[in-house]
Amino acid sequence: MSTEPVHDKLIAVQVNGETYEMHVEARRLLVHFLRDDCLLTGTHVGCDTGNCGACTVLVDGKAVKSCMMLAVQAEGAAIETVEGIASEDGELDTLQKSFAEKHALQCGYCTPGILMSAKYLLDRNPHPSEEDVRKAIQGNICRCTGYVNIVEAILDAADKAET
Amino acid sequence: MNSTATDKVTLERGKYQGKSIPRKEDRRLLEGQGSFVDDVRRHAMGYVHFVRSPYAHARIVSIDVGPALELDDVYGTLTGDEVAIATDPFFQIASPPGANVKDYALAVGKVRYAGESVVAVVAATRELARDAADLVEVDYDPLPVLVDARKALDSETTVLHDDAGGNLSWEGVYEWGNLDEAFAEADHVVKIDELHFDRFNSTPLECDGALVEYHRGTEQWTIHTNNQFPGFAAIMMGPALRVGIDKLRYVTQDIGGGFGNKITTHPQLVALCLLSRKLKRPVQWTEWRTDFHQSMSHGNERWFHGVEVAVKADGTLLGFRCKALDDAGAFLRYEPLGGVIWAQVTPGLYRWKHVRVEFTQVMTNKAPVSPNRGYSRMQHLWLTERIIDIVASQLEIDPIEMRKLNYIKTDEMPYTTPNGCVYDSGDYERCLDIALDLVGADTIDARREEAAARGKLLGLGIGSTLDSGTNNFAQARLLNPELQFSGNNEVAMVKLDIFGEVVVTLGTTPQGQGHETTASQVVADTIGCTPDMVTVRPGHDSYWNSHAGFSGTYASQFAVTGLSAVKGAAEDLADQMRRLAAAVLGTTPDGIVLAEGMATRADDPEAALPFMALGAIINANNAGLPPETEDITLNARYVYRPPFDIPDMETKYGNLTLTYATQIHACVVEVDPETGEVEIVDYAAVDDCGTRINPQIVEGQVHGATAHAIGAALWETFKYDEDGQLMTANFYDYHVPHALDMPPIKTGSIESPSPFTPLGTKGMGEGGGGGIHCVGSAIQSALAGAGGALVTDSHNPSERVWSMLRDPQASRSLVHVDPAS
Repeated sequence: MSTEPVHDKLIAVQVNGETYEMHVEARRLLVHFLRDDCLLTGTHVGCDTGNCGACTVLVDGKAVKSCMMLAVQAEGAAIETVEGIASEDGELDTLQKSFAEKHALQCGYCTPGILMSAKYLLDRNPHPSEEDVRKAIQGNICRCTGYVNIVEAILDAADKAET
Repeated sequence: MNSTATDKVTLERGKYQGKSIPRKEDRRLLEGQGSFVDDVRRHAMGYVHFVRSPYAHARIVSIDVGPALELDDVYGTLTGDEVAIATDPFFQIASPPGANVKDYALAVGKVRYAGESVVAVVAATRELARDAADLVEVDYDPLPVLVDARKALDSETTVLHDDAGGNLSWEGVYEWGNLDEAFAEADHVVKIDELHFDRFNSTPLECDGALVEYHRGTEQWTIHTNNQFPGFAAIMMGPALRVGIDKLRYVTQDIGGGFGNKITTHPQLVALCLLSRKLKRPVQWTEWRTDFHQSMSHGNERWFHGVEVAVKADGTLLGFRCKALDDAGAFLRYEPLGGVIWAQVTPGLYRWKHVRVEFTQVMTNKAPVSPNRGYSRMQHLWLTERIIDIVASQLEIDPIEMRKLNYIKTDEMPYTTPNGCVYDSGDYERCLDIALDLVGADTIDARREEAAARGKLLGLGIGSTLDSGTNNFAQARLLNPELQFSGNNEVAMVKLDIFGEVVVTLGTTPQGQGHETTASQVVADTIGCTPDMVTVRPGHDSYWNSHAGFSGTYASQFAVTGLSAVKGAAEDLADQMRRLAAAVLGTTPDGIVLAEGMATRADDPEAALPFMALGAIINANNAGLPPETEDITLNARYVYRPPFDIPDMETKYGNLTLTYATQIHACVVEVDPETGEVEIVDYAAVDDCGTRINPQIVEGQVHGATAHAIGAALWETFKYDEDGQLMTANFYDYHVPHALDMPPIKTGSIESPSPFTPLGTKGMGEGGGGGIHCVGSAIQSALAGAGGALVTDSHNPSERVWSMLRDPQASRSLVHVDPAS
């Protein structure tokens, strides 16, 4: 049985609790759907090859590099991006506060992806070791910080979430 | 904690300077609300994709854009032939022969490196633009390829630019002191046949990009971009487009890293200007990662040949001479400035009195080089550090003692170098002691034995560098006396508005250096309020009038040029506020105290005006003010201009930079003799950048620069094959350090305030070269007991180290001592 190739498709995706229903080209990358269609530009593109992790988001609770996934594959999924981390009244969450306090960001371009990877780690492992943290963000490249303060901030957030 | 504070802040200048207050920039960046260039959109904009050359060197026989234009929603194209009609070649910094190079926004007639832009295609979506670019048919006639700079001047070698008459871009001889005397006095002459500084760059995570709009009514362009030196872009682009720079409005906000790599985007920006005018719509371009790697701002690859070092038996260094061969790549986009920038640090940290460098720069079929963190000084400082370690090994002198013996001493500061540069302040020996202490150098012998028991070779290395900052642009005249550049400048505006808003506007284009934060600290202390009360506008906009010719963020200078401008403007504003308050409160300006957001009579705390009242009076309620307030605007613009003279052209003597920050790095490595793998087991970076306005931001710069250096020392390289194809065109092949690669970094700091700057600050942030030096130094130390190979390359991946272990003689044969010790 032959089927006609589909060039675009209507998809419904929940992003940060809000439903986006749109026609997307079948080849549209999830990251471009988020940035160009949903206008959520906090998720960034740094490499086009899945190495840098600037585009990391949570898809149904799992960290995914959104340049490595098609938008149509996200049909029906619940996605969380950096824009959804702070509470609705605008208060930064513990992780974001620790990043600011420990100076874990400079240019801020990799930061959204690293926050999502860190969130994914802490969701699964609230008491990570330094090694756990380094492994969890191994797929995220930062060119400004040498990771020193990022690692410290994630450990700090874990500490503070405990108390 | 990784950080070890070894010294308190030297100068308490106010409540906020010297403190690590949280950054103003962080909130928007943590919430995903930054505004990076790819976030900027306009109605009906077209997406640009560049068709790039697959050949490193070829004649363009024909171009057919027809098939691309036939696709629906393709808006148009631009070719080199159109560019050659609509624009003039870019201004060249070089004197002849480099001056004769013709460089346009797109390839004209031939391509000279793989990845060079040949055609631009504009379409309704990113994907479609890429599809359409694939349909453009370009017929090439391949030419012989020049990859090895050492062959560039051979008579039979292919020539990139016929207009230049060969592959030489610039050459010059630098000689200071008396070399004959130095070599006559020497007990030994150590000769090194060849050293190689590798090609890499800092690969900011955000690639280049722009959104360009053309306004037909005013014939002006608005260029939303992440270019980090709009002043330079303007002087390149205005003449090329045949317009005044008033027609070019540059707007930046958040920039995702720059490291110098985002200075030379003027060719792409000109192509976008032409397209937006031709197609009557805004055009947007975001560079793909592979495009960036293939075409943007590689760091200067440099060879040093015939290095000869005059040294006394006790290790005292007298002088050195060498030939430097610099590979500029295919075009001179900022070059040949690298041919003089190194001279800012001619003797490194050492008391060499006699130096001769014959400098030659050539063009090859590789991506054009441009500034990269540590630009040109890093290569030269690596030479000086390699000399120290190689000479020490040959004369069997402890490299630590050799450094201490030859370092310029703190009581010699300010120190005039053989070529007339003035090192403002510093204490190198103390920094070295701190670094050695942090890596536990006193127990190194025991650790070496312990490592040996595990089958590992352990070594200790040192890297001593200077981060020279605040350029005197007159140094460009040493390359080309016709240039009308000299000095430097930066601008800041500080105003008090109607409701008491303190608003600061800068000429700079920060890429993560926290300018909004440090500027607010200086303003708060100067006018008497909190940093929270100060709004610093993010980014740069040439409509704001807050810029001058050299505005931008590059070359380690904000803490000097930018913050001095901020201080100047804030002092002017404070003076005006005191005068206004005095007129209103019936006293003299001296009798007014500015503190905590109030202007108060010193003799009567009840007589006070909040800043809001001052702002309202001048801006909205100014009838009946006394005549002495006539010139008060509460809107201060200050241009900081560092004190510089023009160097002597004949002797190439003069002060090239205002400040010299110190970095002493030390590390311990373990080498696996079976695989050549290098593991950094201990690392310390000690930094002295004078007065620190925000120590946490300074430390962050130290971390980042160190990571770049470690990456370059072990993994990062732009390697070309013999056909001129880049082998490392993405992050799979170009390995930048990730979190598991990086060792813990210990930091230390001292503060030696600069006597030459208003705040005692020094530019900093580029000092990471220290990491390249100390890792190489440690590898040589580790290999000393396993064949004694010498490190002669800046890039030492495991395969090179493995080869050095297998064939130590290969590197040892490059070094000779005369007479043998």
